[in-house]
Amino acid sequence: MTFLSPQDIQAVLLSVRVAVTATLISAPLGFAVAYVFVYLRFPGKSVLEGVINLPLVLPPVVVGYLLLIILGRQGILGPLLERLGIQVVFTLKGAVVASVVVGFPLLVRSIRIGMETIDRDYIRAARTLGAGWFDSLFTVVLPLSGRALVAGMSLMFARSLGEFGATIVLAGNIPGVTQTIPLSIYDYTNTPGGDRNAMVLCLVSVVLSFGVLMVSEASARSLKKGRNP
Amino acid sequence: MNLSVAISMTRGAFNLTADVRVTGNRIGVFGPSGSGKSTLMLALAGLERPDSGRIVLDGRTLFDSEKKIHVPPEKRRIGVVFQHTHLFPHMSVKRNLFYGYRRIPAADRKIVPGALIEVLGLGDLLDRNVSGLSGGERQRVALGRTVLASPRLILMDEPLTGLDRDLKYQIIPYLKKVLDEFCIPMMFISHSMKEMRLMTEEVLVFSKGRVDECLSIEDLARRNMATGDRSYANLISVNDPKPRNGLWQYAWGKNTLVLTEPGRTGGNMFELSAKDIMLFKRHPEASSARNLLTCTVTGTFVVGNRLGVELDCSGEKLVCQIVPEAAGELDIEHGKQVVAAIKATAFERVF
Repeated sequence: MTFLSPQDIQAVLLSVRVAVTATLISAPLGFAVAYVFVYLRFPGKSVLEGVINLPLVLPPVVVGYLLLIILGRQGILGPLLERLGIQVVFTLKGAVVASVVVGFPLLVRSIRIGMETIDRDYIRAARTLGAGWFDSLFTVVLPLSGRALVAGMSLMFARSLGEFGATIVLAGNIPGVTQTIPLSIYDYTNTPGGDRNAMVLCLVSVVLSFGVLMVSEASARSLKKGRNP
Repeated sequence: MNLSVAISMTRGAFNLTADVRVTGNRIGVFGPSGSGKSTLMLALAGLERPDSGRIVLDGRTLFDSEKKIHVPPEKRRIGVVFQHTHLFPHMSVKRNLFYGYRRIPAADRKIVPGALIEVLGLGDLLDRNVSGLSGGERQRVALGRTVLASPRLILMDEPLTGLDRDLKYQIIPYLKKVLDEFCIPMMFISHSMKEMRLMTEEVLVFSKGRVDECLSIEDLARRNMATGDRSYANLISVNDPKPRNGLWQYAWGKNTLVLTEPGRTGGNMFELSAKDIMLFKRHPEASSARNLLTCTVTGTFVVGNRLGVELDCSGEKLVCQIVPEAAGELDIEHGKQVVAAIKATAFERVF
């Protein structure tokens, strides 16, 4: 194929796989964390908020390096991961972990903004109608934060597609294993005569990101439609 | 219903203390805004936890600070009709209605949904989305949703506030019909004396975060005769409206009343202030007042410098307000016959 080389196709598929996995893993977790931030009060809450939001302001390379220190073979959790037979560094798992950590604050922020607009009296009404806490969470809070969840997931997906700094440090740049679109573009720009291939991958990136935006807009609209016909 | 509440709670600068025991089925909670009525409701429903005390409903302890009992709201089976309805915006009318119904064991479902939907006139709304409903429709759906959960007690927190005047009094017959038909005890929270009079029998009176007396609604209305700005209002339910010389004639028990207000199909209830009734010793030959009713005095009560005179007009009750000096001249005493003169314009429509 003249348009995309097999290696490029691999990079695109890897990117999509990393972004999808990272987004799906993070969504329930992000919802839970947003719920904790919005509805619960406990000591140390602001510290926890700071830790979750830190990757948003830290350079991604720093995040990658910190993850390496924690998850690497010589890292803090290294022996534990080794005993469980899990290798994170220089694998696809590493790319997913990097994306999760970097994109998570965006996801939580987005869900949280939506959740904060839910009138608490809806939850109270549900409780007096016999719904337990868990029940009200799934039948009231979750559907009412649906749009925010979709928005957060698309932000997270897009962020994962573009993740570079943390990924290259933690997962490396191994073609066919951890080389995603941005890493591949980086490689091409460092290779003489690679400009054309870089341009093609950039185009793919634009199309993918645009697609994500369209899907997110459409689902937000349909969620809104469900509420106000 | 047998409810005993002895709680105290502090929220910021606000302090609520309640120590009451009520046994009726139509209880009002009356007091100005910010007096703690809603806080009491939240504590009863289990949505707020009092600092100390006990709440016992029909022998079941719902809260006891000493025994560390705090039954969560979903286990209390105390329904709440909120002022702003809080219908779930992401569900249809039908799903809203059945939200509570689906969550109670089949054995506890005392209400037949079809019957309730009919009483509330919700049949045509079931598939609608709640955002398209009018204020009155929303309130009816909210009431239906709460009743379908077969609560042991319904708390209504100013359910009529926010509805426009006409709508407000259209809802009241629905409320009463549902509560009577399905035998559900109720606590009705409001700052409106008129709503209280229409909905309740006994009233807990709140002031500045304290509640410690339970009065009959009639006593409360009479007590406000001297202080209230509207005096005592007689609520007069009439029927059978007929046009008569540009005015309207209604049947009030065995009496006939002539009013300027045109009649409506369905119910007709009017408010008549006790001070708009004039008493005569004998039947005046002619008078500008269109209504001259021969009544018997059945009792009197003093409030400040006014005297309330209870009258029996061919089986219907009326309270008239005069000053003690007039009572002397009229020889007001139990069993005495007097003539009450009421102008056709003195009646104000309730619904």
